[in-house]
Amino acid sequence: MSSRRDQQSLEQTGKGRGLSKGHQLNWARWVTVGVIWIVVVLPLTALFLRSFAFRWLFPDILPGQWGLRAWDYTFGESSRVVEALLNSVGVALLVTMLAMIVGLPTARALGMHDFRGKKVVEWILLTPIIVPVLVAVMGIHIVFIKLRLTGTIWGVALVHLIPATPYFVLVMSSVFANYSPALEETARSLGANKFRVFRYVTFPAISSGLLVASLFTFLISWSQYVTTLLIGSGTFVTLPLVLFPFLGGGNAAVGSAITLIFVAPAILVLILTSRSLGRGSTVMGGFGKI
Amino acid sequence: MTAVSIQRLSRAFGNEWAVQELDLEIASGEMIALLGPSGCGKTTTLRMITGLLRPTSGDLLFDGMSVVDIPTERRGAALIFQEHLLFPTMTVAQNVGFGLKMAGVNKAEILSRVNEMLDRVELSGFGNRKAHELSGGQRQRVALARGLVTRPKVLLLDEPLANLDANLRITMRQLIRSIQRELGTTAIFVTHDQEEAVMLADRIVLMFDGKLQQVGQPDEFYRHPRTAGVAKFFRSQNFLSGQRRGNIVATGAGDLVVSDGVIDTGDGPVVITARPETLRLSSGLNEQNSLAATVITSIYMGTHTQLIVQLEDATWHVQAPPSTTVKEGDQIFVELPTSEIWIIEDEPESFGVTSVVNDE
Repeated sequence: MSSRRDQQSLEQTGKGRGLSKGHQLNWARWVTVGVIWIVVVLPLTALFLRSFAFRWLFPDILPGQWGLRAWDYTFGESSRVVEALLNSVGVALLVTMLAMIVGLPTARALGMHDFRGKKVVEWILLTPIIVPVLVAVMGIHIVFIKLRLTGTIWGVALVHLIPATPYFVLVMSSVFANYSPALEETARSLGANKFRVFRYVTFPAISSGLLVASLFTFLISWSQYVTTLLIGSGTFVTLPLVLFPFLGGGNAAVGSAITLIFVAPAILVLILTSRSLGRGSTVMGGFGKI
Repeated sequence: MTAVSIQRLSRAFGNEWAVQELDLEIASGEMIALLGPSGCGKTTTLRMITGLLRPTSGDLLFDGMSVVDIPTERRGAALIFQEHLLFPTMTVAQNVGFGLKMAGVNKAEILSRVNEMLDRVELSGFGNRKAHELSGGQRQRVALARGLVTRPKVLLLDEPLANLDANLRITMRQLIRSIQRELGTTAIFVTHDQEEAVMLADRIVLMFDGKLQQVGQPDEFYRHPRTAGVAKFFRSQNFLSGQRRGNIVATGAGDLVVSDGVIDTGDGPVVITARPETLRLSSGLNEQNSLAATVITSIYMGTHTQLIVQLEDATWHVQAPPSTTVKEGDQIFVELPTSEIWIIEDEPESFGVTSVVNDE
């Protein structure tokens, strides 16, 4: 009884989240933690060690000789890693912004209203997930050459929008499906104009969902390879483009270093969103549709 | 003084009229109930008053000024919904002060007015709580305080008590009523519950299918229903056709004397009604206004005995004293007191052909 009461009081203060589910769940937690360590942390540790290894021969558990050569090369001029990193960040931010502009009204309409042809719109939105993007990009490539968009950040961002928008819209439409316009109407009746309604009512209500959707969108753009390769025409390089040659047969230490840079945002996203995801299962509801 | 004037207000959705030619004058400080079954147009009317919905035709005046072209945020018609009551990310004090903040009132004044309002709704000291830390009734009171703190021209409540349990509903009803009276706020609330309308409102506006049925003080809906539909909505099924001649209505079960106060229909076929709780059991036909009836069912209800009787070709409900001991099939006499008989405006033909022979 006392533990149940503790649990209630903890949940009310919002502190002891996840600490007090009871002892019977402990083994499940240990299994989960174990799997995460084996699947995520161990390989990353190996990469981390590899990037600092000068010589790492077969039977040794730790590298025989250490060195910063891989990192020196990575951040050097000739590797183009810094340029690619800036490009990757820039294009991913641009894609996220464009996805918001295109996706927020769409998601709101899909989540909050019923209209004729809604199913059709939902299917069209899903096509980039079903049909390989490459198919569409071949055609788009020709159009973009004519429009002189190839090799530019805008061209790459636009083509990244194709795979990114569906995820953004799906997540946000499930956020909007749980959102009632009644609050906005109340706010308006209390004297808030449309801008202030958004600022004080709508935005706070959707912000945690928006954060998750934006981070997903960012990551989808971040990990694009083929689309960037085609539309970027080789002049616009992003991290995956620089990374790829090293994975094939190049320097494994440099490959490890770039890989670490490449996965860093994903890990950051995981940490940032874990709170939102834990709180609002609604945010993940959108993936039920896929 | 007229606070809100609704003039031939109509709203269509596609080819359907949600509200048709509504006329209503609401006095300052009055509490009005917009009553009706779901889909009758009461919520549509409320949304038109707030400005969230544009009327298809007609006019709407606050204090004599047309507000049809004024957007919601500048109308001064504060809205309270039944659910999604409070802004979830704000504290109680921020919720209550929201309207004042939007109006650009300075912080010190917001603080004092919010505290004063929280006192009124008996929530002093709750200012720093979040919405999810409150009970349903407390949220309702915060919403009420938030709606009233800006001193709106009119307070609009959409089924304000629908989500509360029975006991809480009674306390909230009293609280809303007393604060609304104290502040003299003009208020309109939408409800489908006739009891709530009767207990809370100064006047009731009853709507069916987008059309106004009857406007009046609560007792008029019981004693003087305009139509059979109105009487049925207020849970009376007692109708009897007859032939009127002056103050006498001849029915197949006997003659009835009606009062001078009933509507003037002229001589001819009419439909009379009387509420179950006004009827009495009498000893015989020699008593005035007594009609012979056969008991169909008799149910003991604790506070009274509910009789369903066959009265000529009609089925009537009679609320008899709890001590009544009649069984199914018994012959009884039902007295309809003259003052309680009312003539409704419906055509007698809609109640089937009467058994009264026109002996002209």
